[in-house]
Amino acid sequence: MSLYYVQKLLYQLNRDSYVRKRFDDDFDLLLAEYELTPEETEAIRKPDIGLLYVLGVNGQILMHYAAMRDYEWDEYLAAMRKGLKDHGPVRAGLYATVWE
Amino acid sequence: MSLVYAGACSHAPGITGRAERADPELRESFYKNFRRLGQEIHDAKPDALVIIGAEHFANFFMDNMPAICVGMADHYESPIEDEQWLGIQRTRVPGNAELSRRLIERILQSSDVAYAEEWKFDHGVAVPLNFLTPDYDIPIIPVNINCQGPPLIPLHRAYAFGQALRTAIDGIPERIAVVCTGGISHWPATPDSGKINEAWDREFLDRFINNRRDEILSYTDEETYRDAGQGGFEIRTFIALAGLCGGATGELYFYAPIPIFAVGCTVARMNLS
Ligand SMILES: [Fe+2]
Repeated sequence: MSLYYVQKLLYQLNRDSYVRKRFDDDFDLLLAEYELTPEETEAIRKPDIGLLYVLGVNGQILMHYAAMRDYEWDEYLAAMRKGLKDHGPVRAGLYATVWE
Repeated sequence: MSLVYAGACSHAPGITGRAERADPELRESFYKNFRRLGQEIHDAKPDALVIIGAEHFANFFMDNMPAICVGMADHYESPIEDEQWLGIQRTRVPGNAELSRRLIERILQSSDVAYAEEWKFDHGVAVPLNFLTPDYDIPIIPVNINCQGPPLIPLHRAYAFGQALRTAIDGIPERIAVVCTGGISHWPATPDSGKINEAWDREFLDRFINNRRDEILSYTDEETYRDAGQGGFEIRTFIALAGLCGGATGELYFYAPIPIFAVGCTVARMNLS
């Protein structure tokens, strides 16, 4: 589990047109620069927006990746809900916080 | 005294990006009050508009996350998001690096802030500007309070930042307007998007408008997350404005939950004496 790097990649994709271009042209080389598990890599490649949500990606980052992969707003919300059904509750990050 | 205006507003991306899906009457009433705030800001003839916002991983990320950051550039790009998605055309927004620098130097006397000479506004600033300064005719000084990636600044420190900003503004000759922008309760970009806790919002706004300091500082993050969602963390922007305004009370121009905008839409002004 390397939620930090999943989010970092998606954050940079949203912000940096050069990273975006490499994502299109050079996917494997680009992703090799981030510490990702095979599950995370696959979820990004597919994309499996629901699984990315369950892995803990913050919605404020995920919604832009979903839009970049041509998800309409309602499709994006539906994908997260389906993710919860298929993969169970969010595993890490803010939405899985256990408060002390 | 050179603080010439203080107000508060929402900034959710749906406000512009999903405009056509909202109830037209409610939407137009909200827009009208949003523009009223813009008119009042212009009437106050400020040399710059400080926007205290809470961006969403556009410039600041967990690799190097400032609790508070102030922009220090002569211009900013806005918006960072896809123009179609947000419904706002990309443009260059004027800033004032020299003025920013003088403010930052003064703020640092009593509050720790980072600064940024490069900044791409996300919807957190772009949506307010779309209504407040649609012609981009007032230089903007953006302030970001990290409300997204915990650990977050404690509420009383956000309040103290507002006080430090006030002291800084009082110490310069320029006329400064300040607007804070945050959601109140909302669950943005999650499966619960559209959920709004109106009772919680109204209670918070009552405390804010009447500037009851102890009461607006009494929320714990655990309570806020439970009752007001992740978006509730953005009350820090309101709290900073409350600190800026000292004991001044305000007037709520508009509040209504608009679920397709995913937030209780809010417009308020403070009465500076
Ligand atoms: Fe926000």
